Amino acid sequence: MAAKKMRTIYLYTRYERLWHWLQGVFILVLLATGFEVNNAFGLLGFHDAVYVHNTIGLTWLIAFAFFVFWMFTTGEWKQYVPTTRKMLAVIMYYVYGIFRGEAHPVPKRKDAKHNPLQRLTYLGISAVLLPVQMLTGILYWSYNSWADLGLARLPLEVVAFLHLAGAFAILIFLIVHIYMTTTGHSPFAHIKAMITGWEDVEEGVDIEDWERGDQKA
Amino acid sequence: MRKKRISGKESRKWFFGRGIRLLFFVFFCSGCLWVVESSAKTEETAPGRKLANQTVKRADPWITADHSRHAILQQEFSSGPEVTGACLSCHNDAALQFHKTIHWTWLDPATEKTDRFGKGGLSVNNFCINIQSNEPRCTSCHAGYGWKDKTFDFTDQTKVDCLVCHEQTGTYKKFPAGSGRPVSEPKVFPGNGKTYLPPEWNKVAQSVARPTRRNCGTCHFFGGGGDGVKHGDLDSSLMKPNKALDVHMGIDGRNFNCTRCHSTREHRISGRVYQTPAAMHRKSLIEDDLASKITCESCHSRKPHKANEKANDHTDRVACQSCHIPSFARVNPTKVWWDWSKAGKKKNGKPYEENGDLGKPVYMTKKGEMQWNKNIKPEYEWYNGSLGQLTVKDTIDPASPVKVNWPIGAPDDPDSRIFPFKVHRGKQPYDKVNKNLVIPHLFGSKETNAYWKTYDWGKAISYAMDYAGVPYSGEYGFVETSFVYPTTHMVAPKDNVVGCGECHNKTESRLAGIAGVYMPGRDQFGVLNTVGWIAVFASIIGVALHGLGRIFIPKNNRKEE
Repeated sequence: MAAKKMRTIYLYTRYERLWHWLQGVFILVLLATGFEVNNAFGLLGFHDAVYVHNTIGLTWLIAFAFFVFWMFTTGEWKQYVPTTRKMLAVIMYYVYGIFRGEAHPVPKRKDAKHNPLQRLTYLGISAVLLPVQMLTGILYWSYNSWADLGLARLPLEVVAFLHLAGAFAILIFLIVHIYMTTTGHSPFAHIKAMITGWEDVEEGVDIEDWERGDQKA
Repeated sequence: MRKKRISGKESRKWFFGRGIRLLFFVFFCSGCLWVVESSAKTEETAPGRKLANQTVKRADPWITADHSRHAILQQEFSSGPEVTGACLSCHNDAALQFHKTIHWTWLDPATEKTDRFGKGGLSVNNFCINIQSNEPRCTSCHAGYGWKDKTFDFTDQTKVDCLVCHEQTGTYKKFPAGSGRPVSEPKVFPGNGKTYLPPEWNKVAQSVARPTRRNCGTCHFFGGGGDGVKHGDLDSSLMKPNKALDVHMGIDGRNFNCTRCHSTREHRISGRVYQTPAAMHRKSLIEDDLASKITCESCHSRKPHKANEKANDHTDRVACQSCHIPSFARVNPTKVWWDWSKAGKKKNGKPYEENGDLGKPVYMTKKGEMQWNKNIKPEYEWYNGSLGQLTVKDTIDPASPVKVNWPIGAPDDPDSRIFPFKVHRGKQPYDKVNKNLVIPHLFGSKETNAYWKTYDWGKAISYAMDYAGVPYSGEYGFVETSFVYPTTHMVAPKDNVVGCGECHNKTESRLAGIAGVYMPGRDQFGVLNTVGWIAVFASIIGVALHGLGRIFIPKNNRKEE
């Protein structure tokens, strides 16, 4: 790897990074307080756990609306369009190639930040898992108004079950996601990129001139 | 290469410069918001508190008569009925009003008199069980004179005891086994060894006023024949409570009398009466300032807590009492177990009594084995304000503990709330053949086979059942029973309420027995939790193995390069 030439490109905009870390903090707090409400452990106490969970949950909901707005106005949504091209190659890379020091089959580019596996995962998360979690969450939160909303016959158990199932899915994603950040050319390369916005990519990849980090600097 | 280094430096500089500052700014702002919000919260008064404070300005009721100057109360009296006659000479409707109330009839006014439903009829409890044939002892708490047996004339106006509820000297005492009469000569009551003196009639008659805590407490704090026997939330500690014991009655606070909430019309004092709830409507005083019973909501409103407090969302299903009375019997102990089947044991051929740790009897030859307790967490049930109750005519199933009375309510009933109860358990006699509870003749003479004289259950039951006019097979046994009291007094200050986690708790929830609702934290999805946590640990192990693989598997490719 050391033999390969590296080049730095500006991959993540300021808003994107802010959103990423903000969402990360929200998710961590929501997981901790949520599992406390579910009585997995004691931390803040039930009352405060509920209060923090509700407050952060609603904040996230509002912030998520900005994220959706940003995604569509910037065209970033295209990054989430799923593809099967090279999907097998990426899977094989993580199952096999990575141990042999092979190069990633789909290096990051400005207009393709996500490899096919990431596209599918992030689409599933932002289009299915998180919306389901937000919907069940806001339903759970508005429990006392269900009669007025015409939902009197909806059992709270069902909503609670789905919300908890979603929480487990997010926790599992988080574990794998954090691990995957260490698979860059150095263990902290991806994390650094998500903080600074600048990602080291291998030379020889087709990158348009205006994207080049060294020119920008 | 050189250019790249510069860009790396630039980005690092950006991160340690503006990036860090930005992050700090975000955290600083959220921190400030947090502090501002929480400090605002401590200053804000909950709306329910504010409303109630507006409602209860100092009660200073005025009266237009000084009874000590009424000539008629200065004459010489020798008995209660004579005093009553004097009262009625002005208050000529008072006894007629009082005759209609449950305080006089001891029968549920919502039922037919012929049903004999009520403590004066055939209704049963698991303390001294029933009044029939035991009247002289039980009716020491009747606001009347001379209910010594079933021949008592309930239409005699002079038999109403005005004084027990209205006298204010605190010296007026009815003899504990005197059918509601005070003594005319000094007399010792063997039950407690105290000497009872004849009242100073003029003094007590001239002292009359609106009933205070002591008037009501004379009977209601000592129900069951002793301090705190029956209710866990009513005992002599409420004569002069502090705010910590009862936030409304505390003499260092609002100093409420009972009648402040148990409002009264024509001598009919509001409160629950068997199956009739204390209040039929949940109204604030703004909606109905002459509400027959002042409830929590009357003054504190339906959403009494601060805005956004989740507790406001609980008021439709959880009674205020459930959280605001964390425990009852906080000063004096209350009786929780009474096993009549152990009664009758003697020491050296003589009846005896034994006191326990709390200074209360744990064994009495007359009454059997008992347990007392303090600072008791209530038991919780769905409750719409009415209680069901057995009479000796009702059939029971002795195979399992019998509920002598029980809260009526259900999770799908919008009028029901989760409500705290004191539960008094014990064992009491029943008819093994007819399968109903029975009445023992406890108080009386050897001639009538009173149990407290002869210690013969068979004869005592036979006598009382015959007296009550209810069939008895002659075969008795003992069955375990329970009796509930709604807990509504001893409301604690707001800092001592039941915390969320005491109910929303999977191992030791106060509401473990409450069915029909999903409660976050109490109710668990066993399978989902198991599958979920297995999946979480599997992914941790998975990524750990993957990571180890990347470190330790030799990288052939590298050599090829």
